[in-house]
Amino acid sequence: MIPFITSICAAAIVYAVSILYAAIGEIFSQRAGIMNLGIEGIMLMGAMTGFVTVYHTENLLFALLATILVGLVLGLAFAFLTVTLQADQTVCGMAFLIFCSGLSGFLGKSVTGIASAVKFQQINIPVLSSIPVIGEIFFRQDFFVYLMYLVIPLSIFYIYKTKAGLMLRALGENPASLDQAGINVFAMRYGYIMFACAMTTISGACISLSYTNFWNEGMTGGKGWIAFSLVAFSRWNPAYAVLGALLFGGISILGMNMQVYLPGIPSQFYGMLPYAATIIALIITTGSFRKKHSEEPAALCQKYDREDR
Amino acid sequence: MNLHKEETMKKGTLRFERKQTVSLSRKILNPVVFILLGFVFSSIFIIANGFQPIPVFGKMISYSLLNTKGFIGSINAALPLMFCGLSVAIAFKMNLNNIGAEGQFAMGAIVGGAFALYGPSLPAPLSGVVMFFLCALGGGLWALLAAALKAFWKVNETIVTLMLNYIALLFLDYLCYGPWMAPKQTTAMTVKIPENLFLPVINGTSSGLILAILIAVLLHLFLKYTAAGYQISVIKNSIGTAEYAGIPVKKYILIVLALSGALAGIAGFVQVTGIVHRVQAQLPGGSGYTGIVIAYLSQCNPLAIILVSVLFGALQNSSAVVQIMGVPSQIVTMLQGTLMISVIAGEFFNRYRITYCKAERSDYTAEPNDDMQEPKQRNVDNQEPKKGAVQ
Repeated sequence: MIPFITSICAAAIVYAVSILYAAIGEIFSQRAGIMNLGIEGIMLMGAMTGFVTVYHTENLLFALLATILVGLVLGLAFAFLTVTLQADQTVCGMAFLIFCSGLSGFLGKSVTGIASAVKFQQINIPVLSSIPVIGEIFFRQDFFVYLMYLVIPLSIFYIYKTKAGLMLRALGENPASLDQAGINVFAMRYGYIMFACAMTTISGACISLSYTNFWNEGMTGGKGWIAFSLVAFSRWNPAYAVLGALLFGGISILGMNMQVYLPGIPSQFYGMLPYAATIIALIITTGSFRKKHSEEPAALCQKYDREDR
Repeated sequence: MNLHKEETMKKGTLRFERKQTVSLSRKILNPVVFILLGFVFSSIFIIANGFQPIPVFGKMISYSLLNTKGFIGSINAALPLMFCGLSVAIAFKMNLNNIGAEGQFAMGAIVGGAFALYGPSLPAPLSGVVMFFLCALGGGLWALLAAALKAFWKVNETIVTLMLNYIALLFLDYLCYGPWMAPKQTTAMTVKIPENLFLPVINGTSSGLILAILIAVLLHLFLKYTAAGYQISVIKNSIGTAEYAGIPVKKYILIVLALSGALAGIAGFVQVTGIVHRVQAQLPGGSGYTGIVIAYLSQCNPLAIILVSVLFGALQNSSAVVQIMGVPSQIVTMLQGTLMISVIAGEFFNRYRITYCKAERSDYTAEPNDDMQEPKQRNVDNQEPKKGAVQ
């Protein structure tokens, strides 16, 4: 029983990490007042870019850099549309979703289903990995998981403890007041959108470079939406996002495994759980029956136009 | 009023000025120009992948629009898109984001499909009518979930409708792989629905087209000429004004979102009875999302939605023919996204005018010539309001 539980936990962490990069990126973006609905598509672009690069160069570092570069370019385009041209964020996000999922399938068609020679391998941390149970769950993972161990505390520290984090929160609540204080609202939003998109593409690379070592059209299979739903679920707080990701990861890994043990419950119902949980979390955190101020950034989805100020 | 207007403009800066009015020809011409730019933009990716864009586009157009058989195929592909487009558009008309047409489509198909497969058999026209309303009901109730949360608790309808999509699609998936799966089938689909439920085919085109046009016209008349349509436009412009004028905003949120869901459910009706004649997993196939593109491109005009849907149907229909040329069929999805992005970018130029500033001047004055003659004094003038502006 214990090996079964540890293997489930270890797999849940891998799953959680692959959606956490996107979710934390999106938390930053939404804290800055921009909702990017295109996550699923941008993740696919990341997965495709990472895989195509690794397939041709067999160099994981190049693949990661190319992935980040594509993320930054996509972010720049999204920021241009939503910040400079003040397009509707929902419509823009859907456009990105459709564009990116089409483009990734189109450009990746030639390498579909072929395995690459290299992928991110599991690294056993010398002493820690030999701890029973815990070592196996936490310290026999790959590069992306270890990097996430750094990203989580850094992002929490950044948002809640630094001046830049304070400005970020203000940006999503009341951009006009920041603008009046002489801070370049537009530049800040550009920066956070690009950061979020780069994080999202890294999430994609997690899937094609460490989860598997091949590319398939639509291989993220809804993980982008889970990441997106995690943002509302976590009340825009990376710490809750980690808990949520582990929960969602655990549920989906269990859903895959439980079919063997409990054939009575179809896997589709496990699949529904994260989405249903998100709706409930959203009602609890943002429903207007609450007396407390909701954590949703007040300026989320609202375009900022100086002429309307 | 506009504090930043008093800032001095540097040489060579671009300035955006909001336009007051946009002419109708400009409104129509602008998207057309940017759609062409979108084709040019996507050519870059086509060339990068080693194909010639012009023959590819040429083949797509000649196959899907310029011959009868292909054109009929395009219209059939466009049918569900029309209803999804109308569904999204009516919600947009009240600034509601219904991203859930995909799930409402699935729910409509599930409820209607349950009647078609397991319900009592009724005489031909009646059973079709019953199924039509059941599909609308399925989609409408599914949207009503999000609508109630929005109306009573102000929960963001964008995320709720989106999450409901996945629940509905997984449920459809469960039914088609599980209890509804046809015997001796390996793919996830049910048996064929009874033949008396098939939508009649006229000259190769499904009569769903007539239904779509009829509903679009009704919707157009409803939005343009009824009191309710007017009140919807008031709510769109300002919820505060609407509440002040005594318009029951909550009731409208419930009605409009439920109507939007019902239209998406009818897309399920048309798809099941008119085209595939059975319920299957992945039935909506992204139509709900494409509906958002279509509603946006047609600027929520119901009649324009019918036309734009045919173009998108043609695009989808042509994916088969480009595959023969060796081009991946995903080109169609990419093109849809590109077109949408370029039209979104173009929309900006409908609202704003860009002016280029050649010499250093203050934007404060009406006449730039005047400015050039006495720049010193202008600058002094500008100092004071600028200080006041920082507050």
